[in-house]
Order: sequence, then C-alpha cells, then structure tokens
Amino acid sequence: MLIRKAANILPSEITPEQHYLNRRRFMQSAAVAGTGLLLGSNTSAQDIPKQYRRFGNLLKSPLSTSETPNSYEDITSYNNFYEFGTGKEDPAENSAAFQPKPWQVTIGGEAEQTGTFDYDDIVGPHPMEERIYRLRCVEAWSMVVPWVGFPLGDLIKRMKPTSKAKFVAFETIVRKSEMPGQRSRVLRWPYIEGLTIAEAMHPLTIRATGVYGAELPNQNGAPLRLIVPWKYGFKSIKSIVRISFTEKQPPTSWNLSAPGEYGFYANVNPAVDHPRWSQKRERVIGANLFAGKKPTLPFNGYGDQVASLYSGLDLTRNF
Amino acid sequence: MPKLRHIRFVYKPIVFAACLMPFVWLLAMAFELGDLDLGANPVEKIQDTLGIWGLRFVLVTLSITPVRQLTKMNWLLQFRRMLGLFAFFYVAMHFLNYLVLDQTFSLSLILEDITERPFITIGFTAFLLLIPLAITSTAGWRRRLAKRWQQLHYSVYLVGLLGCWHFYWQVKKDLSEPLIYVGILVLLLIPRLLKWRQQLRPSPAGEASRD
Repeated sequence: MLIRKAANILPSEITPEQHYLNRRRFMQSAAVAGTGLLLGSNTSAQDIPKQYRRFGNLLKSPLSTSETPNSYEDITSYNNFYEFGTGKEDPAENSAAFQPKPWQVTIGGEAEQTGTFDYDDIVGPHPMEERIYRLRCVEAWSMVVPWVGFPLGDLIKRMKPTSKAKFVAFETIVRKSEMPGQRSRVLRWPYIEGLTIAEAMHPLTIRATGVYGAELPNQNGAPLRLIVPWKYGFKSIKSIVRISFTEKQPPTSWNLSAPGEYGFYANVNPAVDHPRWSQKRERVIGANLFAGKKPTLPFNGYGDQVASLYSGLDLTRNF
Repeated sequence: MPKLRHIRFVYKPIVFAACLMPFVWLLAMAFELGDLDLGANPVEKIQDTLGIWGLRFVLVTLSITPVRQLTKMNWLLQFRRMLGLFAFFYVAMHFLNYLVLDQTFSLSLILEDITERPFITIGFTAFLLLIPLAITSTAGWRRRLAKRWQQLHYSVYLVGLLGCWHFYWQVKKDLSEPLIYVGILVLLLIPRLLKWRQQLRPSPAGEASRD
C-alpha cells in the first residue's frame, strides 16, 4: 500500500486562533478524525484550505453511511466537471478563477414561488446536515464523500410546486471566461439535468453546499449542487443557477450527447452495462493498489430506500 | 552519417535510456519520490500511461521509414528494432497491469471483458499481434524467414490501427486526443499507400525498393 506523506505545513497555513473554535466544532461534528485513521484516509482540518468557510453545528443524519470517507485530497483532485476540462485532474487545476460569490438561483415553471433568489435566501432557512454518501461514477469508479447540505425536498416544499409539476429540471451556470471547458463543444452548454418530482422529493436527495464540513471548492460544484447518491455521478449537477418545475420530462446533457449510452434515469445498475464497458464492478478510489475492484450494488446500495420509486418500470430499457 | 561504432556505443544507449524514461517516471510516481504520486486512481494512471506510450512507440517505429526516405538519414534504421521492442514492452506492461492490478487475475471477468467489450477485444488483438513481431525481431529470425519476415512485420500497421481504435473507443466523450493519434497514423500511412499503389501497377523499370 502506498503511504502518502503529510503535506509540509507552511507557517502561513497554521490556523489562526479565531478559526480554532470552528475547527473543534467541525472535528466533533464531522467525525472524520477518528474513523479516518482506520483505512488510511488521513484528512484533518488542516488539509482544507482556509478560504473555505466552515459550517458550524452540522446535524448528523441516519442516512449517512458508516463507511470511511475518502480523503479531502482525493475528493477535490479527482472528479469530472467538464466545464473545467475533460480530464479528472482538470477541475482542480482550472477552476481557481471561478467566482461562486455572489450567487443567485432562478426558480421557474410550475410553482407558486418563482423568481430569482440570492444564495442566502435559498440556503439560509435550512439547517445544514452532514451526509456521508457513496458516489458511483458512470466510469466505474467510486468514492465515499462527506457532503454538507440539506434535503432538496425541503426547498421544493417552500417553492410550492403546482399539481402540474411532474419533473424538476436543473441548469449549471455558463461562464466561459471562468470555465475554460465551456469554450470547447464537447457537450452542449449549459449542462442540464433532471429528476422526477418523486426522486427530487426523496429524503436522500440533497442540495449540497459543502464537503468535509467546509464550503464546496470550485472544482466540486460550488456553491450549490445536487447529490442523488443512487444515480451515476453525472446526474448530480453542479453550480446550479436555475431550477424549473416541468410537466414533461426535461432533456438532460449526457442523454442528448449519447442517448444509447446515458439514459434519463441513470440509476446505478450492475445488471445494465454501459455499451462500451462493464458496470458490474467499481474501482474504489483510495483503496490499496492491489485491492482490485469491488462489486457494484443496485442503486449504489440505496435500493432499500429507493427501489420502490421504480416499481413497474423496466430498468433495462429505462437505464 | 555517424560512425557505426558511435551508433552502437553512444547513440543507442542514449536512445535506450530515453525510451525507458516513461517507465522510470511511473516508478518514481509509484514510490512517491519528491512531490510525485500516482494521484487518486493509481491503477488508472499506470494503465493510461503505459497504454499511451505503447501507442506512441508503435507510431514512432512506423515513422522511421518515411522519415528516413524524406531525410535520407539511412542510419535511422539502426534504431527501428529497439523502438519496436519498446512498443512491445509498454504494450505488454499495459496488458500486465490490466491483468494484475486492474482485474486481479479474475479470469472469468477478463474473459468476459475480452469477448464482450469491443475496445478490450481490439486492444488485446493488437497485443497478440505484437508478440510474433517481438519474437522474430532478431537477426536470426529475419534471416530464417527471409521474404516472409517483411510480410509478417507489415502487421505492425494493423497494430497501429487497432491501437488508435482501442484508444478512441475507451474515451468517454472528448475525442480530440485519440483523433490526434489517428491523424498521425494516417499521415504515416500515406507514403506507404502511395508506394503500394505504384507497386501494384506494372512498372516499366520493374524495380521495387526494398524495405
């Protein structure tokens, strides 16, 4: 097993006293300091750059997994965010110029409360929770991520969707000057995603605002993103600026780009392979070099909670 | 033209060391020398690095003949076998990494991959095609096979084609990088195709260049 060296700590990186209490609170609430040692995830509060504000008083959730989260380093240096490039190290490398503050979200469509809202109006009323979830990428790798966020359903209830609202559509910001990946036409911009209203209201579905007890870094979808842990990662759309309630199933980016390979539902399903590669197993990021892959579970292991959403639906055809 | 003695004792060792650099680099990353590491997905990093260098060496080997013809630097031919063997080395290590670290020897899954995943079928075929070329790369085999040696070694074009295809098919979406390799391959194939067309026509001089 490869052992990572702790990064050298510069004097400038030593936590100022005023942050110290916040950090203690974070350590207590995130509960990562102890468990992190078990499997080699050696993330501590110092690993999180201090420009990211810490969330205080995080609520714990019974929906969190007890699995050990990946290190902050792995979570923030290896992911897909095509707005910053197609390589998995590109988001971390190319997102420094992105400005997630100030932020506004426009809510539209079949709801009573529509209009443009500031970040604080969207997030403010909701207590923040820690949700430790498995994340399974369609590329057959997986991580465990301690997100911070709140149930999307709670936000939806505040927006009072009408009876016509059968789906929820999401849209990522377009900002070519700060998102170099958007200068390429590899996908159509803006990136768009969608859920059925039942999926959106499910208690597992959250709007994430942070990771490891601190604000989301740009590369992970700052300042607001979706997390739907039983679906392939590309459904969990990042840096959201628009939410619309619709009567018809909204188009989604990867489905538009390759309809034979990526469906609307995109539920994690080892029984339905990607046309070009197997979905039966997954590479666990952060595992021992010789650990091999582990079997992928239906609905990414969340079947008990979500399988009933799809009763009667042919999941082979509706992949 | 450099002296044969210089090629053998100076240039060849230098080229050999240079060809080994990607592998040394991988080892340095694996042992985390300095600030280096293999990143969050080490198995993928090893797999991709070995694969891309395998393809690069196939293309570099294929470029020797056209470059030699353009520049008249016939001594370049002295390096072709070494470059070809490095192509085999990187492709073989790429396969070995797939077998050991990626699939951890689970034969049923490997068999399923090779038979059901077209991009793996194609990559595996390219690897198989390289084996006889590596074995018969010695002077002895070249002499024994005589004319058939050249015919056998023409299959390296197919390896280049399959290698590019394998790369093209495993990419999720951004095809720009594989397309660069396809472009280079096409560029390298053009002079050959022109020559083969000439050879198919009955030429009055009746002379075909050998290589």
